[in-house]
Amino acid sequence: MSLYYVQKFLFELNRSEELQARYREDRSAVLDPYELTEEERAALIEPDIGLLFHFGVNGQILMHFAALHKIEWSDYLQAMRDGVERHGPVREGVYAVTGYEGVDAHSAELGQAPAPPGAAAERAGGQ
Amino acid sequence: MALVFAGVASHAPGITGRSDRADPEVRDRFYAAYHEMAAAMRRTEPDALIVVAAEHFANFFMNNMPSFAIGMADFYDGPIEDPEWLGIDRVRVPGDRDLSRRLIERVMHHSDVSYAEEWKFDHGIMVPLHFLTPDYDLPVVPANINCQGPPLTPLHRAWTFGESLRAAADAVPERIALVGTGGISHWPATPDSGKINERWDREFLDRWTRNDRSALLDYDDGAIYRDAGQGGFEIRTFVAVSGAAGGATGTVHFYAPIPIFAVGCTIATYDLAGPGGAQGPVGGQRTAGEVGS
Repeated sequence: MSLYYVQKFLFELNRSEELQARYREDRSAVLDPYELTEEERAALIEPDIGLLFHFGVNGQILMHFAALHKIEWSDYLQAMRDGVERHGPVREGVYAVTGYEGVDAHSAELGQAPAPPGAAAERAGGQ
Repeated sequence: MALVFAGVASHAPGITGRSDRADPEVRDRFYAAYHEMAAAMRRTEPDALIVVAAEHFANFFMNNMPSFAIGMADFYDGPIEDPEWLGIDRVRVPGDRDLSRRLIERVMHHSDVSYAEEWKFDHGIMVPLHFLTPDYDLPVVPANINCQGPPLTPLHRAWTFGESLRAAADAVPERIALVGTGGISHWPATPDSGKINERWDREFLDRWTRNDRSALLDYDDGAIYRDAGQGGFEIRTFVAVSGAAGGATGTVHFYAPIPIFAVGCTIATYDLAGPGGAQGPVGGQRTAGEVGS
């Protein structure tokens, strides 16, 4: 597991139009310089947003990667929720500090009402 | 000459990027408060604006992450994000390399700061500038506190950084405005995006307006993450402005959770002319040889 290199690739991809062009051309080749596990390579090539979130990729980095792949905001949020449901809590990084049990569990923890239907769409407008 | 203005404001990209999806009544009151902040800042006739930001991996990454950084360039380009997504056109924002250098030299007396001769602005600075200097006609000095990649800058160091900025601002001949921009509670770019802990925000703002140092520093990151999300780590920028305000008390001009903007939208300022506000916290007098050398 090498969250650092997963995030480093995405950080550099987000900043460089030239790297984005090469990524579009050959997703596998541009990953070679980075110390990645096969699982991480596959998630970056797919791309599997939910799995990347489960790895612990920071949302401030991941959201631009999703945008690069023209993934709509609400689909991006849902992909992260699905990833946590499928693979378990975020395993490393900022979001692993207290684990992540889902939006409604988090609301309950804060003494707040669960998100009403349609809230996901509303969230989709925010960052 | 002096720090002439100190305040804080929100910077979430939804503020400009998703403006059409917010409740127009609340949104317009927020925008009005932002514009009034700009007018209040202009009335102090600043020569330059320091923005204390919490940038989001646009320039700084975990390969070489500074606790503090200050820009030292004559211009800065932004936004780094897609202009259409953010609702802000790409521009070249004026800086002032010479002023930056003199400020940095003075800040270094009390805080270890990295300097950057190249810096691309992300939404964390572009959104505030969109409201505060929409014509980009005031030189900007960007400053950054690591609020993103742990280990994060400790809160008490953020306070000291603010004191260092104050001493530097008081030591240069220019009139300096200071704006911190960040949280408060929010869960940006995660499945919880849109959640806002209003109770937590109001408690924090109470501490901020009282400029209560011990209360402002009485947070730990575990509790912040639990109650205010990883976006809550950005209170460091607010705390730095408190440190710079030298005992001044503040006023919250606007606060309202706007879920579509994913943050409790905040506009607040310190009354630098009021009791306590004129005190330079760590010595505001310029001494020979310290500036422009």
